[in-house]
Amino acid sequence: MSACDACLRRTALVASLSGHIERARRNRRHISELLSLSDERLLSALAGDRRGELERRHLSFDADVARARIDDAALHALCRHDRSYPGQLAQSADAPAVLHVAGDPGRLRALGHDDMPAVAIVGARRAGQEGLEIARGLGRGLAAAGVTVVSGMALGIDSAAHAGALEVGGPTLSVLAGGADVSYPASKRALHRALIATQAVISEMPPGFCPVRWCFPARNRMIAGLASLTIVVEATERSGSLITAELAQDLGRAVGAVPGSTLAPRAAGSNALLRDGALVIRHAQDALDEALGIGVATATAGRACEELDGSLRALLHRVEDGCDTVEDLANSPAEAQVVLCGLSELELLGFLRRGPAGHYVRRA
Amino acid sequence: MFAHESSQSRAVPAHPWTYLGLVLARVTTFAIDGLASRRVAVEVDLRSGLPAFTIVGRGDAAVRESRERVHAAVLNSGFAFPQRRITVNLAPAHLRKVGPGFDLATACGLLAASEQVPASNVDRWAVFGELSLGGDLRHCRGVLAVAQGARRAGIEGLIVPRECAREAALVDGLVIAGAASLVDVAALLRGGRVPDLPADDPATGNRSGEAEQLDLGDVRGHASPIRALTIAAAGAHNLLLSGPPGTGKTMLARRLPSILPPLTRGEAIDVTAIHSVAGKMLSGMSLVQRRPLRAPHHTISPAGLVGGGALPSPGEASLAHHGVLFLDELSEFGRSALEALRQPLEDGVVAIVRGQRTVSFPCRFQLVASTNPCPCGMAGSPRCQCSESDMARHRRKLSGPLLDRIDLLVNMQRPTTEHLRASALTTSEVVLGAVCEARERQALRLRDTGLLTNADLTPRLIRDLVRVDGAGLASLHRSYENGDLSARGHDRVLRVARTIADLDGSDGVGASHIGEALGLRQHDALDGALAA
Repeated sequence: MSACDACLRRTALVASLSGHIERARRNRRHISELLSLSDERLLSALAGDRRGELERRHLSFDADVARARIDDAALHALCRHDRSYPGQLAQSADAPAVLHVAGDPGRLRALGHDDMPAVAIVGARRAGQEGLEIARGLGRGLAAAGVTVVSGMALGIDSAAHAGALEVGGPTLSVLAGGADVSYPASKRALHRALIATQAVISEMPPGFCPVRWCFPARNRMIAGLASLTIVVEATERSGSLITAELAQDLGRAVGAVPGSTLAPRAAGSNALLRDGALVIRHAQDALDEALGIGVATATAGRACEELDGSLRALLHRVEDGCDTVEDLANSPAEAQVVLCGLSELELLGFLRRGPAGHYVRRA
Repeated sequence: MFAHESSQSRAVPAHPWTYLGLVLARVTTFAIDGLASRRVAVEVDLRSGLPAFTIVGRGDAAVRESRERVHAAVLNSGFAFPQRRITVNLAPAHLRKVGPGFDLATACGLLAASEQVPASNVDRWAVFGELSLGGDLRHCRGVLAVAQGARRAGIEGLIVPRECAREAALVDGLVIAGAASLVDVAALLRGGRVPDLPADDPATGNRSGEAEQLDLGDVRGHASPIRALTIAAAGAHNLLLSGPPGTGKTMLARRLPSILPPLTRGEAIDVTAIHSVAGKMLSGMSLVQRRPLRAPHHTISPAGLVGGGALPSPGEASLAHHGVLFLDELSEFGRSALEALRQPLEDGVVAIVRGQRTVSFPCRFQLVASTNPCPCGMAGSPRCQCSESDMARHRRKLSGPLLDRIDLLVNMQRPTTEHLRASALTTSEVVLGAVCEARERQALRLRDTGLLTNADLTPRLIRDLVRVDGAGLASLHRSYENGDLSARGHDRVLRVARTIADLDGSDGVGASHIGEALGLRQHDALDGALAA
C-alpha cells in the first residue's frame, strides 16, 4: 500500500488551493468539475495572481517530506494507482488522488470486493431521537450482516450510524472532510478514537488539514462513490445529505430514504426524496435486500419479544404504544418500583434504551 | 493590682468620683470564632484627664460604634456616665473582635469601674449582649457558642439578652440569667435574684423558620419521583431531579425534610449552634428541631455557599448541616461555587483559612439538585428543538465532580390531569416510618464503621457489606459490559441497591433491587459519548 509522488503532489496542490477552490465554488463552479482538472489546468484556472509562486512550490514538491508527515500522523496513504484503491471510487474523473487512512487499512481493501458492498447512511446533524435510533439500528443491522457502513462522522445521524456499527463490532468506514487524523467535529473525539482503534477513517486531504466549506460536498462525493446504496435518514429540505443523495444518483447508485413524519420539517428533505422515487427503507432488512439482493442476508433483528415472560412483554408493548416513562406506567410508588425494575431488565436484554428525560426508546 | 497600689499611694478621697487616680474593672465576655467562642476580658480604665472614651483591641466598626450605644444606654438607664478619660481594652489584643456583643460587657465594666455596681460580683458572671440606646438588651447571634465557651471556661453564670436565654440554657451546668435591660443586669450584679427562664413559647419556640411542615400528601401524581425521594431519604443519597420547568421539582425537594428521621438532641444542638452563629435564629427560638432545608439562589458566590468572610461565617452548606441543601437549576450555578462545594461534600466539613487561623464548619448535608433535561426543557417530546450539540453543552455544564457524588437521578414528567384530580399517593408520615426502619437496619449493619447511612459506603465497605445474589450480580455485570455503567456508577448502583433492599427489609441484595437501582442511575459519561 503506497502512494506515488505525482498523486501526493496533486494532494498538496489541492490543499494549497483550498481557499481558491472555495472562492470558485461561490462563483458557482462545480466542485467535481474543478477536481477533475489536471494539475496545470487547476493552477491556471484558480491560482490567479499567486500562480507563479504556487507553480514553483508545486514543481519543487518533495514527496518524501509528505510521506514523513503521513507517517508521523500514523496514517497510511494509497493513491489511485495502487491496487487496493477502491474500484468504486476510481471510476469517476474527480476521484481523490490519495486516500489517507487512519486505523485499519484492511477495511478499505475489503471494500474493493463486489460481494460485500458498502452502504452509506447520512442525515441531519440536528436529528431527533427517533432518527438517531433509526440510524443506529440501520448501522447495527447492516454491520452485523457484514456490510460496511459508510458515513461522515458528523453530529447526529452520521455518528449514530457509526455507533450502531461499532456496537456489533461490524465494519464501518468514516470519511472526513479534513485530515483523517483530526476529529471533526471535535466533540466526536471518543467516536473518532473508537473508529481508528478497530475500523478506519479516511480522507483525501493531507494530515492535520482543517476543513473549509467546499471540503464537505467533496467528502460527500466520496461517501456516495464508496457506497452502492445511499440511505438518507432525516434531512431537511436544504440538507447536505441531499447533495450526497444527488451525487449517488449521478453515479448511478441506488438511493434510499427512511420515511418520516410529514409534519416534521426535519424529515421534509428525506420525504421529498421518497416522493421523487427513492427506495423506501424501513429497517436494516430493506437496506440489505437492496444492497445484496433479496433474501441473501437476513438482518438479525432485535431479539423477538416472544421469549420474554408475560409481564415483561406486556410492559414492552406498553412502551411501544407510547407509554414510555415510568410516570406513564406506574400509578403508585410501589408500582413505580416494579415498573422501573422491569424497564431495567428490558434495557439489559437490549429491547429498550434510556432516552433523554426519562423516556425509554425501543431499540431498532 | 496596679490600681490598688496607686490608689493607696495617694490620699484616697471619700468619693471615688473625686479622686484623680486609676480605676480598673475587668468583665468577662466571649468573642465568636467560627462556631466556638473565645474568652475575652473587657478591661475598663478610668483616668483623670479630658473626658474621652476609647475602645482598643482589634474591634471592627460595630465595636467602635459601641461607644455611642454604651454611652446612651448607661445614661438612659439612669446611671452616671463617668466624665473621665475612659479606655476600654478587649484582651487578648491579637484576636479580631466583631459584632455588637461586647456592648454589655463594656457597659458593665464602666459601671463596675465607676463603682455603681460592686466589682466583686462582676467576676462571677460572664456577660454577652447588644445594647439599644434606651438600655434594652437585644437579640444577638452566637449566644449558644458563648454559653458553650463559658461552660468550658468554668464560669458560674452567664447573663444574656432575655430573648436568647433559652438558647443559652441548652448548655447544662451553667446559670443562665436572661436580662431585658441594663437595669436588670445591674440588679443581678448587685446580687439580685436570677430570673426564671422565659417560658417556651409554643408559637415560636419550636420553629425552624418555616411556617408549616410541608407534607408529601400535598403532591399529586409523581409516583416514581416519590419512590426515588423515599430511597434518597432512606439511604441519605444525594439526588438529582431532572424535568421540565413547572413539574414540581422544587415542591418535591422541599418535602424531603418531612420524611427524614427527626434530629437527635446532639444533632439539633449542632444545627442550632451553626444557625445561631450565622444569625439565622428567630427571636425567642431555642432549639432547631426540624432538619434545615437551604435553597440558595443560583447566583450565590463560593463564599456564600461554603462560608467565608473576613471573620469566617458559615455558608449555606453549613446551614444545611444535618439537613438538605437544595440547588435549584444546578447548571445555572457558577462553576467556582460548585467547585467549592466539592471538597466539603466529600469531607462533611468546610475549612476556611484566614491568615494563620483555620476555622472549620461542619456541613454534612444531603444534596438535592434540580435541572432541566435540556436547554429548552422539552427533551423527550417532539417539541424539543435542542440539537445534539445543545444537549452535549447542557450535559457538560452539569457534569463535573458534583455529579460523581449524586447517586440517584429522577426524571420528572408533567403530571396529567388524571393525576392532578386523583388523591395523594402517600403521606410523609407513612414514608417516614419506612425510612426510619431502613435507617435502623443500616445503623445496625454499619455499627462498627462509624458511618450511619448507605450513602457513605466506601468502595471497600461495599465489597465487605453489600451481599448481592447471583441474579443481581448477573444484571450488574451485563450492564457494566454493555458500557452503560462506569466503574464509579457501578458502586453508586450498589449503594442505592443496598438502600432499596433495606427499605424492603431484606438482608441480601437481589436482582429486583439492582434492577431498580439501575433504573435510577445517572447517565454516565460513557452513555452518549459515542453517539446521540
